[in-house]
Amino acid sequence: MKILVCISHVPDTTTKIKFVNNKLDTTGVQFIIGPYDDYALARAVELKTEINATVTVLNVGKAETEPTLRKALAIGADDAIRIDAEPLDALFVAHQIAAVARQENYDMILMGRESSDFNGGLVHGLVGEMLGIPSIAPCMKLELNGRIAKLAREIEGGKETLEVALPFVAGCQEPIAEWKIPNMKGIMSARTKPLKVVPPVPVEGVSTYVSFELPPAKGACKMISPDNVEELVLLLKNEAKVL
Amino acid sequence: MSVVVFVEADNGTIKKSSREAVTYASKLEMGEVVAVAMGTLTKDELASLGKNGATKVWHANDTRLNDGVIQATAQVVAEAAQKANADVVVMSRSSLVDAIASRVAVKIGAGVATNVVALPKTDNGFIVKRSIYTGKAFADVRLDNPKKVLTITKNAVGIEENGNLAPVDTFSVSLSEKDFAVRRTGIEKATGTILLPEADRVVSGGRGLKGPENWGMVEELAKVLGAATACSKPVSDMHWRPHHEHVGQTGIKIAPTLYIAIGISGAIQHLAGVNASKVIVAINKDAEAPFFKAATYGIVGDAFEVVPKLTAALKKHLN
Repeated sequence: MKILVCISHVPDTTTKIKFVNNKLDTTGVQFIIGPYDDYALARAVELKTEINATVTVLNVGKAETEPTLRKALAIGADDAIRIDAEPLDALFVAHQIAAVARQENYDMILMGRESSDFNGGLVHGLVGEMLGIPSIAPCMKLELNGRIAKLAREIEGGKETLEVALPFVAGCQEPIAEWKIPNMKGIMSARTKPLKVVPPVPVEGVSTYVSFELPPAKGACKMISPDNVEELVLLLKNEAKVL
Repeated sequence: MSVVVFVEADNGTIKKSSREAVTYASKLEMGEVVAVAMGTLTKDELASLGKNGATKVWHANDTRLNDGVIQATAQVVAEAAQKANADVVVMSRSSLVDAIASRVAVKIGAGVATNVVALPKTDNGFIVKRSIYTGKAFADVRLDNPKKVLTITKNAVGIEENGNLAPVDTFSVSLSEKDFAVRRTGIEKATGTILLPEADRVVSGGRGLKGPENWGMVEELAKVLGAATACSKPVSDMHWRPHHEHVGQTGIKIAPTLYIAIGISGAIQHLAGVNASKVIVAINKDAEAPFFKAATYGIVGDAFEVVPKLTAALKKHLN
């Protein structure tokens, strides 16, 4: 069984977002495996012990994303692929993944439901459609019974359970697995695991990010005494006009 | 020129968010607005989409499409877009839309942007504003592909309701076995409650409520307001509340007009899911809780005292 896990390389979720020269100010920013991708990776690594599987981890990014790939190897992936290009948009990234997948015939392609930087939530569906296989997202449970996968997908107000034959693509979220922290043995072995750098395939019709902006600053919070909740009701009614 | 809108229904009633997508499409002023709905729906319900701006309604009346099957739904929307020769396909974000927008884009060879928060600027190309970094920033994105798929967030335009009824036609599609390769084996869905992503008011509880047995007062407050209930990540992690109520960075992102947070400290990951709310009320006993920096109104106090008082005061004013 061959599993491909696609990960994004994103700013830590506690990062204060700022832009300089129409780009994210990365000064002092720590980059991590996308939180949703981290769930997908954790489930893939669990599957290695449940079934006989190999896990390849893939990222579309320049050389600075290699520490993130090494971390995924330390968590338990067997080998890594870096597509040597800026991830211009979801369509570009999906084409890169599909190009690799067409050669490798993975049984499952897992990733997060969305990246936590650009929040497109598109790559799993794009890859599924490009490869002509099903895509399921957001996937919160994944069990295998031979070549049949049993999945749970979150829907408004609940969840549905699904069955699908391999191969498929899933965009994952909690509680599919618990995030894994690499141990010392993992970190040591990650240094020597194979990391292949692959040139990108050309993609037409990529979108262009023209400019960035921050939301307008919030005004100060108006404090109300706990003994005077009536005042809050009046403010909601007359000032905020939301009642 | 035309715009196709994918319309979703819940138990035979068209979703408010879909009506908003129809209004968005009509405001694009790109010719016909074709609303595509599927599954079991009455003719009156379908025709009413005209009030929101649809000029035509196409109904794929196939009960297999009641279940929100990803592949099949994407196929129907793509075929409608091709038949209408649509320049733009618009849909409001939902768990189904998030799963199909990408597939529709590939099927019709379109560019795609999700999380769109306003109408496009079209004086210099087709530029849409998207929410990025989980609500912490916005980006203007230019789509050069002549065909586009857009998914919009709640309140991107607001719903208009002054149009006329629209003509309804049956839309038949040839679905194959492959479109139903994913089989639904079960469904668990809360009934009789307001769905969180659709809700205009949300009351949310955190660890400060000390246990699931104390959710009665949250529900009581929500009931008075006609609000949906939500919770923070620790609360869903501890299984005090189901996962589909979790709002935040890794949960559901919401944009209600009123969000009331009870006993939630307001960590940056939680704020990421709720910062698009118009008005935020934070109730927390810790005056240093970060939520007070993000909220519109704050009360420092014991939730167990404040919330019942607030419920009583609201009852008085709303009746």
